[in-house]
Amino acid sequence: MFKKKECVAMLLAGGQGSRLYALTTRLAKPAVSFGGKYRIIDFTLSNCVNSGIDTVGVLTQYQPLLLNDYIGNGLPWDLDRTYGGVKILPPYQGKEKADWYKGTANAIYQNLQFIDQYDPDYVLILSGDHIYKMDYAAMLAFHKRRGADCTIACIDVPLEEASRFGIMSAYEDGKIWKFSEKPKNPDSTRASMGIYIFNKKKLAEYLIADEADENSSNDFGKNIIPAMLAAGEKLYAYSFQGYWKDVGTISSLWEANMDMIGENPVLNLNDEKWRIYARHFARAPQYVGVGGVVDNSSITEGCKIYGTVRGSVLGPGVTVSAGASVIDSVIMEDVTIGEGASVEYSIIDARVQIGKDAKVGGPKGGEIAVIGADIKVEDGAVIEPGAMVNPE
Amino acid sequence: MTAAGLIFSNIHDECLPELTRLRTMASVPFGGRYRLIDFPLSNMVNSGISKVGIITHYNYQSLLDHIGTGKDWDLARRSGGIKILPPFITAYDAKATNSLYTTRLEALLGVTNFISRCTEDVIVLSDCDTICNIDLTKVLDRHEETGADITVVTKRVSGGNYNAERHSVLMLDENDKIIDAAEYSSDIKGAFNVSTNIMVITRRYLITVLNDAAAHGYTSFFRDIIAKNVGKADFRAYRFDGYYSLINNLPGYFETSMKLLDSEVREELFETADRPVFTKVRNSAPTSYSASAKVSGSIIADGCVIEGEVENCVIFRGVKIGKGTVVRNSILLQDTYVGQNVNLNCVITDKNTVIRDGRNLSGHESMPFYIGKGVMV
Repeated sequence: MFKKKECVAMLLAGGQGSRLYALTTRLAKPAVSFGGKYRIIDFTLSNCVNSGIDTVGVLTQYQPLLLNDYIGNGLPWDLDRTYGGVKILPPYQGKEKADWYKGTANAIYQNLQFIDQYDPDYVLILSGDHIYKMDYAAMLAFHKRRGADCTIACIDVPLEEASRFGIMSAYEDGKIWKFSEKPKNPDSTRASMGIYIFNKKKLAEYLIADEADENSSNDFGKNIIPAMLAAGEKLYAYSFQGYWKDVGTISSLWEANMDMIGENPVLNLNDEKWRIYARHFARAPQYVGVGGVVDNSSITEGCKIYGTVRGSVLGPGVTVSAGASVIDSVIMEDVTIGEGASVEYSIIDARVQIGKDAKVGGPKGGEIAVIGADIKVEDGAVIEPGAMVNPE
Repeated sequence: MTAAGLIFSNIHDECLPELTRLRTMASVPFGGRYRLIDFPLSNMVNSGISKVGIITHYNYQSLLDHIGTGKDWDLARRSGGIKILPPFITAYDAKATNSLYTTRLEALLGVTNFISRCTEDVIVLSDCDTICNIDLTKVLDRHEETGADITVVTKRVSGGNYNAERHSVLMLDENDKIIDAAEYSSDIKGAFNVSTNIMVITRRYLITVLNDAAAHGYTSFFRDIIAKNVGKADFRAYRFDGYYSLINNLPGYFETSMKLLDSEVREELFETADRPVFTKVRNSAPTSYSASAKVSGSIIADGCVIEGEVENCVIFRGVKIGKGTVVRNSILLQDTYVGQNVNLNCVITDKNTVIRDGRNLSGHESMPFYIGKGVMV
């Protein structure tokens, strides 16, 4: 028999991340590489483990192959448990009907049976496309203290960006009196982070009602939260202070990577108290050759630097040949940069080979050039700033 | 042919007293992110051996911490996997106070239970002070082909350097059969074949010689088993021609570490296809280089913060090097903290060492300056 769990996390990882273009051609957004040795989903999974939540359902849909393989049995995050642990939850064929996940709420609805196995009091809903370090245990304590039916984590955003988020207005104690999903004219800067804690019973009740409504788009922000608010349920806003970034676009992905470098970086991953775990492969330590120049950068295992690396984040196993330069760029795993080549203000996906004397991108301030996975850039080729080289 | 492994974690600790004062030879840090046992262990795992016994003696807390459940080597198994074999002493043994083994043969006699309960055809023995990346399947194939009792992996070396001393020298005939065995002496000139102490032994033969040794009170594996039976039993050599180093003493440790800065050595040890070197995962963040960092010809592990100058060094995980500091020809073990405006040359700092601002420390490559674990300078 299963042991009861107080709180079960459900991680929505089925999103395509279409605004990451070439980077999500063959993998889901949560599986996109970040910060050299991580994938975006590592942050949410590590937050769960560090917050004492050991039962995580990962809902996959779009291009799940790499994600399934990466998560595996959950060992890197200590989620290979006898009771609980990490479970991949793809859409499935039911007795009556079979459906893709139609929306965030529908995805959870289809997995109510999974949640029930653990008889939890609370359900934590997460999405696998943000970079942040957050203690969900503190949020759960807040939820219990307020006696809430649903608690929404929120963060202050600049007013001009507020229309991209679910925006809420709340009293001093956090009680929400207004919630609007992606409002055209936002009247608050309190944005939903897409992180919810529900009382399990209430969640099931509203998900079942929502499923019965044919006009619903089965979305938490658009349907479930407004319905609960309208019915007078107790919804609270939990203010999160700290680093949080939605890496849904090429420029925000680049910026978040850059937040790791420099002195006292805003995104400090060298944190013994809140480690971010990732799946590791056995690689040698990095080597900086004689004549190599490395400054203001973040570099990881398996890299070999014979050229110049400045203001960049390099993934595992990257080779920068002599005379080559990598400036203000994000380079993912096992990329080879040939002699004399230059890469500037670019994102280069895994296993790309850049030929000798090739020139990719241009100075910072222009547009970011992106090269999708496994592409071979010929010797002497020129890839313009802002170019999007897609693998398919 | 099936094989199980046996690794001696403490053999030759006395050669490296500085680094083994608080740990086993097996857990001596090496190469930025490894411990010495990672090499024999990875060699076995990469050759399909999935049952490995590790013979411990004393000081093995650091080893237990490093090995854990064995999952980083894919050896957390229901059947087989890693078995730590601590000394076997019963509470009522009159000799309990002095019955810890002192030799390789006594160590083997202490684990006869493990050996006799194995079902594998052969046992692969390995020490922890030898560094190489070897495909053991080839040695196992040769052992099966020749039907030998023991196949010893040998390396051809020339006398007069750190890599020659402390070895057993083996004379081979044209079929690589061992015809004589002797301890190294400086009288031996020219190039000769030495035992790497990596050997494959037919398990039934091993049980026979161990029983014989117990009955006769033998103590030395080399003298009482190898040397005594040369010519009678079928002992063969497998000539290994890859990179090999025996860590003989602190200058030897220093020199072997510095050899890693040679790309050919590094590539052979760490980048041979399908034979990676596994180690404990620490989940360090990538290494951060600040705008003032200047690095050249160095190996650097993850989790470091480099703000100063680093030249010709091996830097382990979690090391911090402050601004205005220059570190040359040095080995900084994990979590060493070096402040600002420090000068280091030919220094080995052990784990958690703190070098405060403005210090100048220097050794020489023949006599590196060693700073003990947790010491503040």
